[in-house]
Amino acid sequence: MSTVKESSPDPELAGTGAYTWTGKSRQWFLRHLPPEKLLPEDQPSYVASWAYVFGMGAVAGLIFIIGSGVVLSLNGPQWYHVSSLGHFTNSVHLWSVELFFMFMVVHLWIKFWMAAWRGGRLLTWITGMLAFLVSIVTAFTGYLLQTNFDSQWIAFEAKDALNAVGIGAWFNVANLGQIFMWHIMLLPLAVGAVVALHVVLVRAHGVVPPLDAAATDAQLRDSTAGAQDPEAKPS
Amino acid sequence: MHELLAQAPLPVTPGTYFGWGPVMIQSGNLVVILTMLALFILALVLPFPGGRSRK
Repeated sequence: MSTVKESSPDPELAGTGAYTWTGKSRQWFLRHLPPEKLLPEDQPSYVASWAYVFGMGAVAGLIFIIGSGVVLSLNGPQWYHVSSLGHFTNSVHLWSVELFFMFMVVHLWIKFWMAAWRGGRLLTWITGMLAFLVSIVTAFTGYLLQTNFDSQWIAFEAKDALNAVGIGAWFNVANLGQIFMWHIMLLPLAVGAVVALHVVLVRAHGVVPPLDAAATDAQLRDSTAGAQDPEAKPS
Repeated sequence: MHELLAQAPLPVTPGTYFGWGPVMIQSGNLVVILTMLALFILALVLPFPGGRSRK
């Protein structure tokens, strides 16, 4: 493996130990996602605002959705359609979705008016929009699973639109078993993955500063080559 | 079987609708939209508890 040593810096001499893809991946993660960024102990002062609460509100809603959804799927429709506890769990699932969407929409409005894609946060913005879109499809399949006249009406109103765009063959809203699998397996995995990526990107880039705080943002000090914040006060 | 049917939820009712000319909205949807607008405005004007003592 001497050719590797000649063509690139010797990992042993550099002290990184990154010979393999696992080692190189570790280096990449430590450089882009250091533990102090993933689990910070404090935040800039402007984060102490209700405007920064709604993202985590949506995540809390999602945790309740997944928890109640797991209980519903373990017990099945014969339980949640007829028993009192089943009705209650079904309602917890529905109202968690209502809160999830309300917090997510307010989060979207606030971040839009803050131009939250500033400072290299474009992918954070895009994954947020993806999370919103995938959540809408997931909620739609949930409404199809009510197995009542309402879900039947929704399915047969939607089937024409889905056939018109050419996806009705493999996303068939009249096929209850298929929609059930979409709702409890594929789409929750998609929502979970996109939301996890969104949160990791927020941690990697830091929360977006208010428009008038951009010049003195403590999180931007690294990118200004160690320049001192002229407005920083000694603590 | 009749007991199970009796325990099942009531059939879906149409709900209450509000209309202004060509605009029509169901009461539940209107409540959700107004709640979101209220949350948005309150988030901008209400002080955050303990905000002054933070770093």
